[in-house]
Amino acid sequence: MAARAPGASRFRFRLRSERVLSREERIRWTIVSIVMWAVAILFLMPFVWMVVSSLKREIDVFRLPVQWIPDPLTWSNYVEVWTGRYPLTKYIGNSLIVAIARVVGELFTASLAAYAFSRLKFRGRDIIFILYVSTLIIPHQMLLVPRFILYRQLGIYDTLWALILPGIFTVFGTFLLRQFFLTIPQDLTDAARVDGASELQIYWRIILPLSKPALASLAILAFVWSWNDYETPLVMLTSEDKFTIPLGLTRYFDESGGFSAALISAGAVSSLIPIFIVFLALQRQFIQALTRSGLKG
Amino acid sequence: MADSRAWTLARLGNRERRRRRRSPEPASWIGWAFIAPNLIGFAVFTFFPLVFSLAISFAEWDVISGLDGIRWVGLDNFRNLLRADDFWSSGGRTLIYAGASVPLTTALGMLVALALNGPVPGRSLLRLIFFIPFIANSVAIAATWILLYDPRYGPINRFLMSIGIDDPPVWLASSDWALTALIIMAVWSGAGYAAVIYLAALQDVPQDLHEAAALDGAGTFERFKVVTFPFLTPTSFFLLVTGFIGASQSFGMINLMTQGGPGEATTVLSYYVYLNGFRFYQFGYASAVAWVMFLVILLLTMVLWRVQRRGVFYG
Repeated sequence: MAARAPGASRFRFRLRSERVLSREERIRWTIVSIVMWAVAILFLMPFVWMVVSSLKREIDVFRLPVQWIPDPLTWSNYVEVWTGRYPLTKYIGNSLIVAIARVVGELFTASLAAYAFSRLKFRGRDIIFILYVSTLIIPHQMLLVPRFILYRQLGIYDTLWALILPGIFTVFGTFLLRQFFLTIPQDLTDAARVDGASELQIYWRIILPLSKPALASLAILAFVWSWNDYETPLVMLTSEDKFTIPLGLTRYFDESGGFSAALISAGAVSSLIPIFIVFLALQRQFIQALTRSGLKG
Repeated sequence: MADSRAWTLARLGNRERRRRRRSPEPASWIGWAFIAPNLIGFAVFTFFPLVFSLAISFAEWDVISGLDGIRWVGLDNFRNLLRADDFWSSGGRTLIYAGASVPLTTALGMLVALALNGPVPGRSLLRLIFFIPFIANSVAIAATWILLYDPRYGPINRFLMSIGIDDPPVWLASSDWALTALIIMAVWSGAGYAAVIYLAALQDVPQDLHEAAALDGAGTFERFKVVTFPFLTPTSFFLLVTGFIGASQSFGMINLMTQGGPGEATTVLSYYVYLNGFRFYQFGYASAVAWVMFLVILLLTMVLWRVQRRGVFYG
């Protein structure tokens, strides 16, 4: 066997797939590939069905045999959901406001707190940190009832603030960033302190620029969670003009008992497109974010 | 003697000076100032509500009568829930739902990751396909699956009938099949996430061990069992625990798909809490159930933690 260059193990992933395969292995991997693709196509079916249905006339959605290519190709469902009685534009606008406010606010408060937890020593720090971490496993529902009551007292029930504010002060974000900040060498901050830099300068000029990947991770996760959240608005919003996209979509559900399959499909596709674009553009960072947040286990 | 002591003191002093020079400790208030924004929000939106929910679990209260309407009832809510049949049956359904969907999701995720880690054409496209359901919002998913599950016109039953099953299940309309239908959806939407996490973990399996095992004549399955699998146990543990916590908490999908029905066939504990709190306005009772749920989850996590200390291999 040829000697491996030092550091070659870093390229394990490529080496493994480029290794010359024996005949038996080739057959086995061919079978695995076929099975994988079959399962993947099965996984994709619901989405294909969704897209196809959104481009059909209502009467054609359930017609037999299933038309996989809509004929006639119908765009009117999209026109209806975007500009009709329950226009998605309004819901998407609300969703964007909430998601952006949450991301910006969370990055701000979480990075400050994470800096304190990772770089500053002060009395009571460890107690607060334990308190923080122990709330990480608390079921979301335990907070629903008391938050509902609290929001009514604060007067933010049935406003977008009810979705934004709790998303800004998260334990998860603080914890994620703290773990990353801890990997930045202590010497860097010590040296800056010796040179007379203030803590705010160290935070802003050293820690934040070095933490761009972690900040991006948190931003992506926060955006996607905010965009997809259905349970919080379900409990906290009642006025239709405040609805975010998931709750807005349900308007097409309960229209007079049943619902229009073509319209709801067009709405569903529309709601997925923004998140899909974000995902495709930032796929690598997104997956990094997930594996990074997985480290907390 | 005296000399050496003086020397030691001088050295200590030097070290002390150097230490202080190297890292001047900032004042305590600065630390508090940095956490203040997050801490205040945490106190208002998480800590205070938690304390409050514990308090009202000992009270009877509908929110309409205002804060004056709180009537303290001691342990009544807990006593009532232990006696309530629907509490126990909801708990049982939660166990079935989480107990089936989480291991299935995790196992499928592992298989997909193992395959995608090998020479399969179109790997990144496959990964994308498996992952899409995870980033889709629950309303879009629910809408699509309601159509797919349609007993008469849905493509699933059309397909089953075409392969000769004349009497396919009516899925969401059947009290025997509704929970299964939700489990299938859960596996579909979570497997891609598990696969992504496993794929990351697979990159840390030392290739040398694989080669050594292969030289010793270990077959593919053997190598998986003795080399790969042990390295994946921390990931499996993480996915199982967070999966159980997640599966026992979500009520959104159930609210959209079945509203807990037909009958009570899909009323799991999380939906039971939602129902009691936000449909029946029994906030005290709902909080009590939520706390019992939390304690059970905490207990299960601790048991799993114990088990994993023996069974999990940290490279």
